[in-house]
Amino acid sequence: MSTAAVTDKRPSTLRAASLPKWTPWAIAAGSVALGIGISAAAGLSSKIQWGLIAAVLFVLGTYGIAARVEGRRQAKDRVATSFVWVAFVVAVIPLVSLIWVTIARGVKVLDVYFLTHSMGVVADTEPGGGIYHAIIGSLEQVGLATAIGAPIGVLTAIYLVEYGRGRLAKAVTFFVDVMTGIPSIVAGLFILSLMLIFEMQPFGFAGSLALAILMMPVVVRSTEEMLKLVPNELREASLALGVPKWRTILKVVLPTSIGGITTGIMLAVARIAGETAPVLLLVFGNPFINNNPFEGAQASLPLYIYQQFANSAGSGAAYDRAWAASLTLIAFVMILNLVARGIARWKAPKTGR
Amino acid sequence: MAKRIDVSGLTAYYGSHKAIEDISMTVEPRSVTAFIGPSGCGKSTFLRTLNRMHEVTPGGRVEGKVLLDDEDLYGAGVDPVSVRREVGMVFQRPNPFPTMSIFDNVAAGLRLNGNYRKSELNDIVEKSLKGANLWNEVKDRLSKPGSGLSGGQQQRLCIARAIAVEPKVLLMDEPCSALDPISTLAIEDLIGELKERFTIVIVTHNMQQAARVSDRTAFFNLAAVGQPGRLIEIDDTERIFSNPSVQATEDYISGRFG
Ligand SMILES: Nc1ncnc2c1ncn2[C@@H]1O[C@H](COP(=O)(O)OP(=O)(O)O)[C@@H](O)[C@H]1O
Ligand SMILES: [Mg+2]
Repeated sequence: MSTAAVTDKRPSTLRAASLPKWTPWAIAAGSVALGIGISAAAGLSSKIQWGLIAAVLFVLGTYGIAARVEGRRQAKDRVATSFVWVAFVVAVIPLVSLIWVTIARGVKVLDVYFLTHSMGVVADTEPGGGIYHAIIGSLEQVGLATAIGAPIGVLTAIYLVEYGRGRLAKAVTFFVDVMTGIPSIVAGLFILSLMLIFEMQPFGFAGSLALAILMMPVVVRSTEEMLKLVPNELREASLALGVPKWRTILKVVLPTSIGGITTGIMLAVARIAGETAPVLLLVFGNPFINNNPFEGAQASLPLYIYQQFANSAGSGAAYDRAWAASLTLIAFVMILNLVARGIARWKAPKTGR
Repeated sequence: MAKRIDVSGLTAYYGSHKAIEDISMTVEPRSVTAFIGPSGCGKSTFLRTLNRMHEVTPGGRVEGKVLLDDEDLYGAGVDPVSVRREVGMVFQRPNPFPTMSIFDNVAAGLRLNGNYRKSELNDIVEKSLKGANLWNEVKDRLSKPGSGLSGGQQQRLCIARAIAVEPKVLLMDEPCSALDPISTLAIEDLIGELKERFTIVIVTHNMQQAARVSDRTAFFNLAAVGQPGRLIEIDDTERIFSNPSVQATEDYISGRFG
C-alpha cells in the first residue's frame, strides 16, 4: 500500500474512528435510566439493586458500543476506564451519603445555644441542652493525648530512622506493630486496671492516656515514613559541614519533613477524636460542665453521641442532638485535616525561583 | 590556612567487605590533587575517610592513620565533628538544603554550629558567594530558595556553603559529573582560585579535567571485582599523563583499560 493510494475512502492507518468525548456520559445516563426502568419493571425496590444493574449495564454498554465503533483494543481500554469510574463512584457514594445525612439531620438543632450549653439538668428524653461540656471534654482529652502521644511518637520514629540499629530497634519496631493492632477497648481496659489498682474514680486524663496509647503507633509509623523520605544527601551535606548529628536532625531533617509529620499527627488526632470505647470506660460521661480533666467524670463528643442514642428511649430530641454532635465531630475532624494540609503546603520544601 | 594530609596504611571496610586496602600518600597544602580510576575502585570511599564521613555509613570502619598537619584524625579522643569543620566536602550531586534560602544555605554551616557573630554573617555569606563565583548571579535573590538555581549554580552554592566555614581542606567527589560543560568550566576555574587558600582533593572521571586542574594525580585500581581497591601510583600530573611509571596507569589513561 503506497501513500498515494491513501484517499478519503481509505482512511489512514494512524487515524481510526473514535467516539465523541461525551460518549461515556451518555452511556452512563442511558444505563442509569435503563437500570431504573428494568428494576421498576421487575418490581425491585432496593436502590442498591438499581445501582448494580446500572453499573453492569454501563460496563457492558461501553464495551459493546466501543467495540463496534472503535475496535476491540479501544473497547478494552474503555472498559478498564469504566471499571475505574464505577469503583470510584461506589467508593464515594457511602461517603457522600454519610456526610449528606449527617448534615441534613444535624443542622436541626445545631446553633449557638447548642454549642454553648451543657445538658445540665435537661433529661435525655427532652428537647434543649447542648454539647458545650462534650466539646470541652473532647478538646481537653484529645489535646492531652496529643501532647503525650505526638512527642513520644515522633521521638520514637527519630530513634528508629536516625539512630536505631540492631536488636533494640527491631524490638521497638515489633512493639509498635503490635500496638498498631491494639483494639481501643483493650487500651481502655489496660488503663482501667491501673485505675482500679489505685482506686481512682473516672477522670478525663485517664481517657487521654488510653487515647495516647492508640495514637502513638500511628504517629510513629507515619513519621518514620516521612523521615525516610528525606534524602541521605542532605544529612551528609550537613554532617560534612561539621554539624553534630542531633543538630542535623533538628535543623535539617525535621524542617524538611515537618509538613508530612504534621499531616500524620493530625490524622492520628482525627482518629482518636472519634474513639468512644476507652472514653466510656475511663471518663464515664457527665452531663455537667467539668473543665478539670484531672478530676471527676467528663463528657466527650463521641461518648455524648453514644449516650444520646442509648438513653434516648425513642425520643426525637435526643436523636437530633446526637446527629448535631456528629456533625460537630465531623466538622472538627475536617478542620484538622484542612489545617494539616495547610501546614504541609506552607512548610513543603520550596521550589521555583 | 591550608593543611597537609599524610595518609599511611589506610584500610576501609563496609561491614565485612574491604573496600580499599593499605593506602598511603601525602597531599601537599595549597595544591590540587586528583583521584582517578575505574568505578568501584574506592575513590569515594577513600575521600570520605579523609573527613571521617566514611563512618557515617552503617558498618563503615577504618584502620590506619590520617595525619592533618601531624594530628591523627583517627586518634583517640578526636571528635569527628571537629574534623569535618577542618575538612569540608562537596558532593557529586548538588544538594542545597531545600527548606533554606540561598543566603541561609551559605550561612547554614555557621548558624548550625552556632559560632558566629550576627554582624559578620552578611560579610561571610557575601565573601563565600564571591569566592564561589556565584555572587553576581544571586545577589538580587538571596532570599529565594536555593533549589531554584540551575545545576551548576547549585553546585557553586554548595561550594560556597562548604568554604563559608573556612575549612583547611576541601574534598570534592566528582563535583562536575552532573553538570554541563560550561558549568564544569566555571567550577574548574573556581578550583584554580580556591587552591590559593585550601588544600583541594578532587575525584574525577574526566581525564582532561584531572590534567587541567590538578598538580598531582593519584591512580586507583582494583585487581579484580570484589577485591579491595588500591593506590597504584601518585605523581605530578604532568608525569602521570606523559610518562607514568606503572603500566596499568598508562593503559587506563590511554583508554586501553578493560
Ligand atoms: N554504602 C556502601 N555499602 C557497602 N558497600 C559500598 C558502599 N559504598 C561503596 N561500597 C563498595 O565499596 C567499593 C568502592 O566504592 P566507591 O568508593 O563508591 O568507588 P568509586 O567512588 O571509586 O566508584 C565498591 O565495591 C562498592 O561496592
Ligand atoms: Mg564514587
